[in-house]
Amino acid sequence: MSGEATNHMAGGSVMGDPGPNGRFGEFGGRFVPESLFPACLELEEAFRSAWADPAFRARLDGLLARFGGRPTPVTECQRLGERLGIRLLLKREDLAHTGSHKLNNVVGQALLTQRMGKHRMIAETGAGQHGVAAATASALLGLDCTVFMGEVDTERQALNVFRMELLGAEVKTVRTGSRTLKDAVNEALREWVATVDDTHYCLGSVMGPHPFPYMVRELQRVVGTEAHAQSLEILGAVPDVVVACVGGGSNAAGTFTGFVDTDARLVGVEAAGGAAATNGIPGILHGMRSRLLQDEEGQIREAESISAGLDYPGIGPEHAHLGAIGRAEYARATDDEVLDAFSVLAQTEGIIAALEPCHALAWVIAEAGRSIQAGSTVLVTLSGRGDKDVAQVRDLLAERAAR
Amino acid sequence: MPDTSVTARPGGLEAALRARRDGGAKLLIPYVMAGMTDDWIEVLQAIASAGADAIEVGLPFSDPMIDGPVVQAAGLAAFERHPTIQGLLDQLAIAELGIPVAVMTYYNLVFRFGHRRFAASLVAAGVSAAIVPDLPLEELDPWAAAADAGGIETVLMVAPSTPPARVAAIATRSRGFLYAITRMGVTGERAALGDAAAGVVERARAVSDLPICAGIGISTPEQAREVCEVADGVVVGSALVRRLLDGVGPEGAAEFVGELRGALGG
Ligand SMILES: Cc1ncc(COP(=O)(O)O)c(C=O)c1O
Repeated sequence: MSGEATNHMAGGSVMGDPGPNGRFGEFGGRFVPESLFPACLELEEAFRSAWADPAFRARLDGLLARFGGRPTPVTECQRLGERLGIRLLLKREDLAHTGSHKLNNVVGQALLTQRMGKHRMIAETGAGQHGVAAATASALLGLDCTVFMGEVDTERQALNVFRMELLGAEVKTVRTGSRTLKDAVNEALREWVATVDDTHYCLGSVMGPHPFPYMVRELQRVVGTEAHAQSLEILGAVPDVVVACVGGGSNAAGTFTGFVDTDARLVGVEAAGGAAATNGIPGILHGMRSRLLQDEEGQIREAESISAGLDYPGIGPEHAHLGAIGRAEYARATDDEVLDAFSVLAQTEGIIAALEPCHALAWVIAEAGRSIQAGSTVLVTLSGRGDKDVAQVRDLLAERAAR
Repeated sequence: MPDTSVTARPGGLEAALRARRDGGAKLLIPYVMAGMTDDWIEVLQAIASAGADAIEVGLPFSDPMIDGPVVQAAGLAAFERHPTIQGLLDQLAIAELGIPVAVMTYYNLVFRFGHRRFAASLVAAGVSAAIVPDLPLEELDPWAAAADAGGIETVLMVAPSTPPARVAAIATRSRGFLYAITRMGVTGERAALGDAAAGVVERARAVSDLPICAGIGISTPEQAREVCEVADGVVVGSALVRRLLDGVGPEGAAEFVGELRGALGG
């Protein structure tokens, strides 16, 4: 099986086609109940044919440009860069419509839903960004939409719940397990089994069974492709270091596709309380083999982080693979470091970023002058804007001041 | 593709089910979540005496992807007692049920134990078979090799969505019996049998001589009887588990299993 995957990768990119069984080295695969297996095959076939169809690509690119606001700019941070002694570039996915990179993925999957003759999308969401994006794309293309969200997250991201409802989506609160992202995925998978005839499961990250990790990475490739060209324009070269936060890993995977075949150092940053890439053990969850937080007998542990979008006990299988072969590094940022990065970026650059990409920034701030040599060029993907987090940050800063 | 040797001799579960079927009986396989009540072993013993042909025992997993609300609640009830999987298997080992047991659990537990060690643990617990619903045919080989070598029968599932050629490939590789999922959806009780039930059983029957047991959503003695007009037997989960969560205990479980047995004929 691994031989097969190697063949598909051979000659191409390090982030190549994972082949018919969706293997990234030992990771990936398609560990789903038999009821869902044919749907995964159908989806793979539909995606491969759409991705090879210039008309589909043109429709997607057109929507991302004229509806989504692409290309997003790259901003050089003069003041923060100077303070850190590096040249710091931000890939501004916060400026895409709906305020994060998630739109790239959902517009593609919504078009694919139509192409498969289905009229409904379901989605899981943590922070609510993917749910909002899925609701948005559904409204745009006239699809029904149901979003599953853990109860812990509907509370800390109440405004995003209302946003989804405004957009015409139904939000289902998930009260099982840890009542966060992983349980929302379980519930969405259960719903998909029962409704697969007319419903597409629009997964929000590079995780789950094949073809999702491959498909979502391809749909996020636009981030890396643009960032590569923009870096050349600004720096005259690719950056020395390319950094992105990792929940499931879709903004990181999209970003990495633009640089994986260059000399750039690639770094994915997880929440310290959900660091599956560094603390995880190989296992199977949500249809994939990857690195997971789990106990000695294989029960999945709950991730814990201030950012709902990174509260996931696993990472996408391709990240597990990139880590295993040493092509990418995975690091952690603590909640405190993240809050600092959030404030620093707002005050030195006038950007209120989402807590998720503040993990990537926090790592850069911590490593500048250490593993990031003075004078280095660094690109950080700013995967989303921070409006959704402002109320929570206010409370967290007040809490910290009181400590 | 997995080894499709037709010469493999049936294991304990398949032999028992074949003998019963060939004797003209319909097969009854109740499902119970291990550790869901303090007296779960007595529940198994009561069920075994009340006319079950085999028992499916769930091993609780933190993320039970195809379990409906009732079986999820049973899993949570089990976790509240802080069990270990090995501890539950140790309890099972001394249960002396007199009928074959198939465990049902998710692949991560198997993978984390290690394939060979998990198979050995099942053998030591007196378990005949394993059902691992998130392990499809394409990913089956590493576990199936260890299971075959250790003498554990791996029961595979076919669904209403499974195309005929795939049904044949799955049936060839299944051991113990062939599990026909009678509707698209998670486990749970339903008011009526789905339209898909007969079709999936007939597609399986056309390509396999294995005992075919239908499951997922079969809730009443009447539904069990109806599905057994085409199937060789039934797996009944949520309807029994709900009663156990309501506190009916071993006697209530035996009573319900007795009703199911009655509906299927002795
Ligand atoms: C702004 C933002 N960034 C990152 C993530 C994490 O997802 P991924 O790792 O797939 O990019 C999320 C998830 O909700 C998010 O909202």
